[in-house]
Amino acid sequence: MNERIERLREQSVSTTPYISSERAELITEFYQSGRADYLSVPMARAQAFKYIMEHKQISIGNGELIVGERGPAPRAVPTYPELCCHTLEDLDILSSRERARFDVSDEVRESFEKRIIPFWQGKTMRELVFDAMADEWRAAFDAGVFTEFMEQRAPGHAIMDDKIYREGLDGMKRRISDSTAHLDYDNDPLAEKKREELEAMAVAADALIALARRYAEKAMELADMENDHARRVELERIAEICTHVPQNPPGDFWEALQMYWFIHLGVITELNVWDSFNPGRLDLNLYPFFRRGLEDGSLSKEFAKELLQCFWIKFNNQPAPPKVGVTDEQSATYQDFSLINVGGVDIKGEDAVNELSYLVLDVLEEMHMMMPSLCVQLSSKNGDDFLKRAVGVVKAGFGQPSFFNTDAIIEEFIRQGKSIEDARLGGPSGCVTISAFGKESCTLTGYMNWPKIIEITLNNGIDPASGKRVGLETGDPSMFHSFEELFDAYKNQLNYFVDVKIHGNDVIERMYAEHMPSPFMSLLVDDCIEKGKDYHDGGPRYNTTYIQGVGIGTAADSLAAIRYHVFENRSVKMPELLDALSKNFEFNERLRLMLSNEAPKYGNDDPFADSIAQSLFEAYLEAIDGRPNTKGGFYRVNLLPTTVHIYFGRVTGATPNGRRAGEPLSDGISPSQGADRKGPTAVIKSVASFDHTRTGGTLLNQKFLPQLLQSNEGMEKVGALIRAYFTMKGHHIQFNVVTAETLRDAQEHPERHRDLIVRVAGYSDYFVNLGKGLQDEIISRTEHGEF
Amino acid sequence: MGRSSFRQTGIVLKGLIFDIKRFAIHDGPGIRTTVFFKGCPLKCPWCHNPEGIDPSPEIIVSDDRCIACFDCVAVCPKGAIAEAGRTVTIDRANCDLCGECVRVCYAEALEIVGREIDSDELMGEIRKDRIFYEQSGGGATFSGGEPLMQFDFLAETLSMCRDEGIGTVLDTSGFVSSERMIGIAPLVDVFLFDVKHMDSSIHERYTGVPNGPILDNLELLAKRGALIVARFPLVPGFNDSAENIEETASFLASAGIEEVRILPYHKAWLAKYEKLGKGVRPYMADVPSKEDMSGVIAAFRGHGLKVAVGG
Repeated sequence: MNERIERLREQSVSTTPYISSERAELITEFYQSGRADYLSVPMARAQAFKYIMEHKQISIGNGELIVGERGPAPRAVPTYPELCCHTLEDLDILSSRERARFDVSDEVRESFEKRIIPFWQGKTMRELVFDAMADEWRAAFDAGVFTEFMEQRAPGHAIMDDKIYREGLDGMKRRISDSTAHLDYDNDPLAEKKREELEAMAVAADALIALARRYAEKAMELADMENDHARRVELERIAEICTHVPQNPPGDFWEALQMYWFIHLGVITELNVWDSFNPGRLDLNLYPFFRRGLEDGSLSKEFAKELLQCFWIKFNNQPAPPKVGVTDEQSATYQDFSLINVGGVDIKGEDAVNELSYLVLDVLEEMHMMMPSLCVQLSSKNGDDFLKRAVGVVKAGFGQPSFFNTDAIIEEFIRQGKSIEDARLGGPSGCVTISAFGKESCTLTGYMNWPKIIEITLNNGIDPASGKRVGLETGDPSMFHSFEELFDAYKNQLNYFVDVKIHGNDVIERMYAEHMPSPFMSLLVDDCIEKGKDYHDGGPRYNTTYIQGVGIGTAADSLAAIRYHVFENRSVKMPELLDALSKNFEFNERLRLMLSNEAPKYGNDDPFADSIAQSLFEAYLEAIDGRPNTKGGFYRVNLLPTTVHIYFGRVTGATPNGRRAGEPLSDGISPSQGADRKGPTAVIKSVASFDHTRTGGTLLNQKFLPQLLQSNEGMEKVGALIRAYFTMKGHHIQFNVVTAETLRDAQEHPERHRDLIVRVAGYSDYFVNLGKGLQDEIISRTEHGEF
Repeated sequence: MGRSSFRQTGIVLKGLIFDIKRFAIHDGPGIRTTVFFKGCPLKCPWCHNPEGIDPSPEIIVSDDRCIACFDCVAVCPKGAIAEAGRTVTIDRANCDLCGECVRVCYAEALEIVGREIDSDELMGEIRKDRIFYEQSGGGATFSGGEPLMQFDFLAETLSMCRDEGIGTVLDTSGFVSSERMIGIAPLVDVFLFDVKHMDSSIHERYTGVPNGPILDNLELLAKRGALIVARFPLVPGFNDSAENIEETASFLASAGIEEVRILPYHKAWLAKYEKLGKGVRPYMADVPSKEDMSGVIAAFRGHGLKVAVGG
């Protein structure tokens, strides 16, 4: 990386994110001024967006080639008081907490106290949402049965396809005019509503063009003052680019990247959407510009790389807006899940890997930044060279890229009713959930805590943490005669909580459609323009709602232990088990060890436990899959945790798998921490034993010491592991390279890390089985990067 | 094609193994499952699998896992277990390995090393990772101990792998009759063949057996075109003299071996000796330095051998 990139990168990674009151001030000014009073809601939202774009500070950093910040400067993070108006106490917490901390200046605090809070308090979506929820919903939410995604961020998960590069905003405005011209006021009672929505979209398009013009002016201004000739030429070019895009389709590689970046800024400024936004298939969509540039000599590979590096830094400059409360606990990270895709197949189903795919991997490896994330889509059509290069980047040790199974994803899409073309051009949309890029609203609405539901089942509907009834009365488990009776009780509780959650979602979906339309996002997603409907109101071609299942490992092991010890071997009586759980195994370490060590565990390729995981999956699928949402789409399931397995663990008492109260749940579809003792092939077979193609995504974390990837041979073996998993139709896998810190924790708490495999010397062994001396040696080797 | 001759007796053979490791990635090509056979004719004091030496099951105690519940002391029918502070000791002369104590030890501090397994069950385990073998060019590796000590069982399992298209690697000390070595060769894709010392008397002093049959078998196999990767455990003070390394390299090269893997002495196994509780004194030495390693690598390379360190 050259001096320019190094400097811009350093600035980005070393600046602690801080709260900017700019957006909050502007939107408050707009609504306070009365300008919105006589406008329809979509038009008011569009005009507010335009007001922000016309008045926000313009920032072009020294040496930047791709320009545009959401806030007034890199790492300045706005808030969205219309969704969640942070209190002064919230600001105190944000500025003092350990994880995902934000600096808050006195000026910002004053702005909140004097202007923002007085205007928005009582009017925010957060307050509306909580006020509208039924008592049953509130009880389950407070107990930690599920979380709520829409209480301080908006539905998002939209991904860009290639339309912005083909049409430019002018092209979209032409489609808006067409659609408006074809409105049928005689026969369509919603025609007027549609006209307003379409008009709002056009205003939003103009707003972004206005912002780009302001960047062009700023660049010219800087160019006039610039003494360095080379930089002056760059600034003049930037001015030219910002005059051209996003209004018109880009003409070259540089313009295409800048085009996307303006669009990105538009989406993340309009609303605080979950899983911010991302360019999707970057290598596929930008390859024509890349190739043309190389062919006509206007672009060198080196400069293309430099532009991509500048592009990368822009993502890292925009940390996720601050989250508070449960939403913070479930997703405690600056990561805003912009997941760039490379690899996979093209519209005809052929290998889509190209030279740009490799270049993007080089950039990822060199930049070594938290954002954006990068995933590799791997199809059986993609060659092993590409796979090997991607595995080589994993070695850098920051968990990237992750790997997704294109062939399985296409099956998942087809099952959900998408066209084969839309399926081939789609992919994972942020974390692991699939989305038809540029055509879908896929909304994740909250996590569902399976082990908590088991706990409530074992307590006949009572949450032992509060003593309150939160679930159904499904019977005293001591009276159950068979495992099936217990499992039926669990299913009844699960179905009940899913119903409660969906009733809540029905209300919240309508609230977003009515109060929080997003005309800018609607521009970008087919077929909002053609339908004249908002992104939040069923405008997209596909509308999918998810409730994310969490804790399959903990849940499967808990039920397996009960089945094995209580109902089959009769080595433990149910009352004894319930008593021990209620006392968090105090004075009964023997029983805890028996449950923890002498019972079948998910993750060991053992049908006893794996079949229970399958039943849990089927029960979840049956409860949710195919139910209608309010947007003309359907509910689907996915299994992923972000960081919620920590929060859910904290609110879940001791579980029958020997887990103590408060300890984290298993993450994603991984086995319980330390329960898998037969290595990664057994884990993979267990987790692939249920049908991923009936989900919209699953998440599997695997841990490796960096040593494994040192040799060519090691990388090939990891590649083969991925291929094998994908042959079994696994959805996603990512590799965390283990740090010395983890190894130290494993020394102290071996029970949590029994799955940790290390290379000793010519062979691998479980870390916890090694003597302390050797463990110390491996820790020091890992610290010093010597293998 | 029918089952090979080893299976024609109709008797299901049983073997004694002490571990099955899946995702073994240092024991031959690709992703493998390694089966550890119990029992070895050599008694190398640096062995990193000392629990594989004795050809019968043994009980081991992991003091660090013991939660001092002493349920084992209570259930032992022979009264062979005694409390010893926060752990227990076993009077192994009095123990008949009935396993009662292991069954009540939920802390997993007591374990019996070595279990009988029949070839069908073993094949069941090996088959589990077939999909990974296919993707990686892997298969099953037979290690130990010395697998050839259980010749019939090994031959049967190898031929079952052959019948099912699962690749086979045999990790051997080479100390076996030449008839057996020749007999097994057609069932093995790759031999991992240990060569420890060129001087027979030194070899015998440390390992308990002379090296004659080992070196003869290596030459014999090589002549018959078997694919052999030589393994040289580099044990300071035993076989690291320049003279021995030179002789080893020269021997391997003239036998037609192409690749040697150097396994540097390490101390990972020390804790295992304590758990076995046999009073065996493990070989103590310093771990070879980087400089030592590069000298050894250069010496082997000097004879045109391809050299790798580890598995």
